[in-house]
Amino acid sequence: MVDIKIVQYIGGLSRLHIENDKASGFAKNLEDILQYAQKLDTLDVSNVKPTSHVLNVENVFRDDVVTPSLTQEEALAFAIEKHNGHYKVPKVIE
Amino acid sequence: MNVYDQTAHQILAGIKSGVITKEKAASEVLGRLRAVNARTNAIIRHVDQVSFVQDGECPIPIVLKDNICVTGSLTTCGSKILEGFRPPYSACVVEKLLASGAGIVGTANMDEFAFGSSTETSAYGAAHNPWDLERVPGGSSGGSAAAVAAGEAVWALGTDTGGSIRQPASFCGVVGMKPTYGRVSRYGLIAFGSSLDQIGPFTKDVADNALLLKIIAGFDGRDSTSVNIPVPDYTQSLVKDVKGLTFGIPKEYFIDGIEPDVEFAVKEAIEVLKKAGAKIVPVSLPYTEYAVAVYYIVATAEASSNLARFDGVEYGLRRTPGALRKTPIIDMYEETRAQGFGDEAKRRIMLGTYVLSAGYYDAYYLKAQKVRTLIKQDFDRAFTACDAILSPTAPTTAFRIGEKTADPLSMYLSDIFTIPANLAGIPAISIPCGFDKKKLPVGLQIMAKPFAEETLLRVAYAYEQLTPWHKERASL
Repeated sequence: MVDIKIVQYIGGLSRLHIENDKASGFAKNLEDILQYAQKLDTLDVSNVKPTSHVLNVENVFRDDVVTPSLTQEEALAFAIEKHNGHYKVPKVIE
Repeated sequence: MNVYDQTAHQILAGIKSGVITKEKAASEVLGRLRAVNARTNAIIRHVDQVSFVQDGECPIPIVLKDNICVTGSLTTCGSKILEGFRPPYSACVVEKLLASGAGIVGTANMDEFAFGSSTETSAYGAAHNPWDLERVPGGSSGGSAAAVAAGEAVWALGTDTGGSIRQPASFCGVVGMKPTYGRVSRYGLIAFGSSLDQIGPFTKDVADNALLLKIIAGFDGRDSTSVNIPVPDYTQSLVKDVKGLTFGIPKEYFIDGIEPDVEFAVKEAIEVLKKAGAKIVPVSLPYTEYAVAVYYIVATAEASSNLARFDGVEYGLRRTPGALRKTPIIDMYEETRAQGFGDEAKRRIMLGTYVLSAGYYDAYYLKAQKVRTLIKQDFDRAFTACDAILSPTAPTTAFRIGEKTADPLSMYLSDIFTIPANLAGIPAISIPCGFDKKKLPVGLQIMAKPFAEETLLRVAYAYEQLTPWHKERASL
């Protein structure tokens, strides 16, 4: 059963601050969808291989050659905050 | 006929014969956009004047869904979290379009991060269906579909992860194709579900769809899922002949809950093709009923991972709470994402995080991937007995704005007939096949084997030549 506590825990894992007044609504939505997903439990898939890629394509590599790419200036042109050619963020280490 | 009601091949013929210039055609379309967009909200940004950056054979005015990057132009995925984002590079499809001579008119509205089936979750407000402004245009590429239906663009690009091109094409009475997974490069597309996403064309008719697909398809070394096989000349598939072809009708797509008018129109369409010489056979896709459950596990898992990059560090929105909650950097991530994402995005990120989290991975995610194999095998088996599968695109015509927003699960179930093609990676197209009693368009879905877009176009073209539906325009 998905409750407010689980929503707050998943919110934390997802780096989403969930306001308390919204948590119960999300809990109900998630519970409904997960209940619906339980219809998969009626199938025996113990001998079925999982599909993560629909085409039989593997080990796609390109030649290891240097081609023009964005300059530091272009990459940072729309940065929220920058300092000395880097993105700047709030303090990470005290 | 008004220029904005014309197809690209009509406009191109006009340009060739000197009846009109590309600049004049573009300004007529832009004029139409200015006249009607306040009512449709199909376009969220547009140019003041269409510029044709390169000379090419197809100088057609086009709109792009808001998740396709254009260098220096605002690209926001219908979300507040990408407020002010201007990509430093263009998508592969944009490079190809500009090289073909196309002119970008504007950016089409969409469900936030393509999470939706109605274009109601957009941070820019809901888009409206040109056939009935009280109704949704479908989603998530609802702005692209509505723009083409209303004449605000001649062409549009959309993306389809679980039906987001075909369902809005059906609701708006236009042609929309989801190509085979790997057929069109996704370089420069903001990702949602990476094992499912595909870019595809919206047009007023099938001939235009072939033309636009030919421009955007092809291998691109910058997208590792792009497949390196030659692009056929899709316009050669526009043949009015279905003799010798066998079409499968899956009983699992004609179920309770499908509107009688939709079922009637689709069955009439099957009759038209039968009379034209096609062989019709029943086929079974027994795992269809599990597709929605598989999809909302796989797609949300992939989305939760793809959307982790929107954290306020590099671009877009950054917010910090008033008082310290955890640490300054974690507070910044959590507050930016709380304020930047809408409720449906949060719901899907949390669902995806949940099904991938320790203790639940095997029960949900791995199990869904296994059932996905069964769904894919359904199609492999069916295509040994037929060349294409015919079905309704959606179980209903366009629903009312607000009708399904309170119940996410009922919204998800509106994609029941389109999701399987994404899970199997096969190409599928939706074409107009009639109207219901309220004069809302109905769509016929045609599905084929991987890389059999030529079959889709041939069947769609033959049907279109035998019926009047593609000539109808919404009155606005």
